[in-house]
Amino acid sequence: MNHGTDFSRRDFIKISSLFLAGSAALSTLPSGIVSGLGNNPIEGKGEKIVYSFCEHCFWRCGIAVHVSNGRVTKITGSEYHPLSNGKLCPRGTGGTGLLYDPDRLAHPLIRERKGGKQYYRKASWDEAITAVAGGLYKIHEQYGPSSIAMIHHGFGVSFFKKMFSEIGVNKIAKPSYDLCCGPARQATVLTYGYPSGSPEGFDIKNSKYMIFFGTHFGENMHNTAVQEISEGIRRGAKIVVFDPRFSTLAGKAEHWLPIKPATDIAMMQAMMHVLITENLYDKAFVEEHTVGFDELWKEVKEMTPEKAAVITDISADAIRTVAREFAFHAPAAFVHSGRRTNWYGDALQRNRAILILNALVGNFKMPGGVVEFKTFPIPQPPHAQEHPAYEKEVHSKYPFFSQDSPSNTIASHEIVQQAISGEVKALFIYGVNLTETMTLGRQAALDALQKVDFSVAVDVLPAEVTGYVDVVLPECTYLERYDDLDNLIAFRKPFIALRQPAVPPMFDSRPGSEIAKMITDKWGLHGVFAPTVEAGLDKKLKLVGSSLEEIKKRGVLVMPETDLYRKPGEPLNLNTPSGKVELASAQLKAGGFDAVPKYTPHPEAPAGYYRMLTGRKPMLTFGRTANNRFLGDLATAQENEVWVNTAIAVQHQLTNGDYVHLKNQAGIESDFPVKVKVTQRIRQDAVYMVHGFGHTSKQLKWAYKRGASHNQLISKTDIDQAIGSVGFQNNFVTFVKEA
Amino acid sequence: MSEKKKNFGMIIDTRVCVGCSACVYACKAENGIPEGYCRDWVVQETNGEFPALTMENRSERCQHCDNAPCVTYCPTGASHYDENGTVQINRSICTGCKACMAACPYDARYVHPDGFVDKCSLCKHRIEKGQKTACVSICPTDSLHLVDFDNMTTEDKAMLRGKNVYRQKEHAGTEPRLYWISASNKPGA
Repeated sequence: MNHGTDFSRRDFIKISSLFLAGSAALSTLPSGIVSGLGNNPIEGKGEKIVYSFCEHCFWRCGIAVHVSNGRVTKITGSEYHPLSNGKLCPRGTGGTGLLYDPDRLAHPLIRERKGGKQYYRKASWDEAITAVAGGLYKIHEQYGPSSIAMIHHGFGVSFFKKMFSEIGVNKIAKPSYDLCCGPARQATVLTYGYPSGSPEGFDIKNSKYMIFFGTHFGENMHNTAVQEISEGIRRGAKIVVFDPRFSTLAGKAEHWLPIKPATDIAMMQAMMHVLITENLYDKAFVEEHTVGFDELWKEVKEMTPEKAAVITDISADAIRTVAREFAFHAPAAFVHSGRRTNWYGDALQRNRAILILNALVGNFKMPGGVVEFKTFPIPQPPHAQEHPAYEKEVHSKYPFFSQDSPSNTIASHEIVQQAISGEVKALFIYGVNLTETMTLGRQAALDALQKVDFSVAVDVLPAEVTGYVDVVLPECTYLERYDDLDNLIAFRKPFIALRQPAVPPMFDSRPGSEIAKMITDKWGLHGVFAPTVEAGLDKKLKLVGSSLEEIKKRGVLVMPETDLYRKPGEPLNLNTPSGKVELASAQLKAGGFDAVPKYTPHPEAPAGYYRMLTGRKPMLTFGRTANNRFLGDLATAQENEVWVNTAIAVQHQLTNGDYVHLKNQAGIESDFPVKVKVTQRIRQDAVYMVHGFGHTSKQLKWAYKRGASHNQLISKTDIDQAIGSVGFQNNFVTFVKEA
Repeated sequence: MSEKKKNFGMIIDTRVCVGCSACVYACKAENGIPEGYCRDWVVQETNGEFPALTMENRSERCQHCDNAPCVTYCPTGASHYDENGTVQINRSICTGCKACMAACPYDARYVHPDGFVDKCSLCKHRIEKGQKTACVSICPTDSLHLVDFDNMTTEDKAMLRGKNVYRQKEHAGTEPRLYWISASNKPGA
């Protein structure tokens, strides 16, 4: 046995409860507070409200944090913030469950190796920062900046991005691009010439006819979108849902079309076919503002509703009805792109098909149609000092990977592969539980974590990944810190939002701003950051004529509503090669990809297996909330279920409430059993389970062993070769009953 | 029983409710409800056979009945009507005997770990200050509406007009003060 290899191997370390918040919290805090459940029904004396923004999902709603006698009693929606309008989803309210989580990381930890044993040692911040700064410096000196990579999730990363930019490290991945929103973003870039974000660019508030493919608003509580959809229902807007599952949104739909999974592009092509053959499309718009109509027609000519009916399991009549109604209500009608847009290997094309459908009915920048929201611009403050230019702007090998997002220059699976191959020597992981993100499967993540020479995790909770690194840095929660100003979200009223601490950091946790500054200071790079985070924010705010003092009052600066609509006769001047909407994309063609979306059949389930579909529960955001006792308190939040069609349940002799293990097509069986939900609400060829359960980390005392892990059952991933995003719905499962 | 100054209840629009449970968590935080209990809850009811399915989502709670069996059957007078037209519990004289729980047709009550019976107060402490209840304030879909039925606003009335509106278990004679706009109403009805 090779001793050296043995020595460098990182054993998983179960972080001792002595280094977690647990015992301290229990003994020093009033009862009830441990889980964030307040015990004081009446607002106490010394009550104050701190306006900030949420971190429980990417939507980042404005929150009003109610503080009484130094503790957060409740969190409500900020009435000033354009994304919350005074309202909040459960996860926002549940911030207290994170703040007062007894499993929180309480101290910096350094991996020690002694006599063949590995363990974490409680370290002072200075020791931990010295170890991190030194470890990164060594690798940077020896192998250069591209041997260091950062994988991140969460708004607080900006300070670490800046920290790394100072030493030319620009290999940065945001797994949410790969797994979630990348295809919608890049499809919009390629088709309309601008990137789309969330809130997605659809004028829900003014729409009369909204078509959704698989996206399940209401179960994903994207606050403002749900608010506007509700307003739409009150107004009389019609909802159409294509989904193999009778989702909550399908429950509100004029038409629910239980489409066969993996056939969306055939359906979209058939709708285009109807729009074109029945002359329902907006000819003037297509002629004036688009390119590639002939190429598109050539592709969809064969996809008659009758042909699509066979593929999609939706009748030709229904396809015609929806296409006709869509055209009838246009331009105040749209097909929504959704948020998690990465399903199969052709996600980019699926999203292009959605954008093309919208273009055909001429809803581009029209009331109730597709719109482009704007952000609140902040002039870039001058750099404190010269720093090395990035070695490279984009590191991804995928030709149509995002080229304009400095926080995302490479796919996370590319980093995982480069770590395994040895190209990446150091991993800096911010807020990502790498083993449970669906990037190339669990084993690849573990291999990457083993292989690198040096690794750091910045986290709030002892997620599994924190057991595999060299140094663990405990960050305080978003309720205990300032972060950078949030002007990244485009919406009707552009805004700048402030994150500010409602209470001071608990235990020995520190804000990211401070951690990043300590590291650059240790490198001898002084003046990278302002002397205090407050001073930095104030300086930035002065550039837009405001100040920290002013924004602190309401937590947000809001611009008037922008004009979202095009004027007749006005050229669009889009930032695409043609300057127009690209129904056919010459860029994609030149890169060796389909110029217009093609339907490709995807693998079918083996006999007795069912396609595994996934989604959310409204009160949870996957790993972000998995250990949140406040949110976990409701029976519906405590575990995930596997939804099984009634007829299939009979075939497998399953009854509602049974616990089964799931086994996928590769023979992988879930570690933990999952509860069966027998229901009419899903097709016979698919099962559904919410992602983010079945955690194996024993340190997450609440999350451990609850439900089954969806991630574990993903052994086949389909990478979109154009943009590097990862689809994972070509996985199939069957049931293994408990012995 | 004191003179009624207000007559509070709710109109709940199930057409828009997505069953997210924001109301439940907001109530738990506002009222310090102990772990494992809640004063309001969400029901998702699906009917029919695939693919002809219908769904109604409802945020349920104490119905603050005009003729409340819990008040009638409470042996100590702990359960009582208050001047806002709501049904309240005086914890200090509640013995936790559960007579009210047996009498309530809506299963709206639970025994608090501290020994008394607890339920939705319609955020009495908030409505007395002119605020809306915690659940109404938080609801992202505006499904929940606090209404003074003795002083209904034009909007309150418009909300009900021309729609299929029901009350739960009316046959029990409880005169519940929660009015439900059925999910079977067409959008924009």
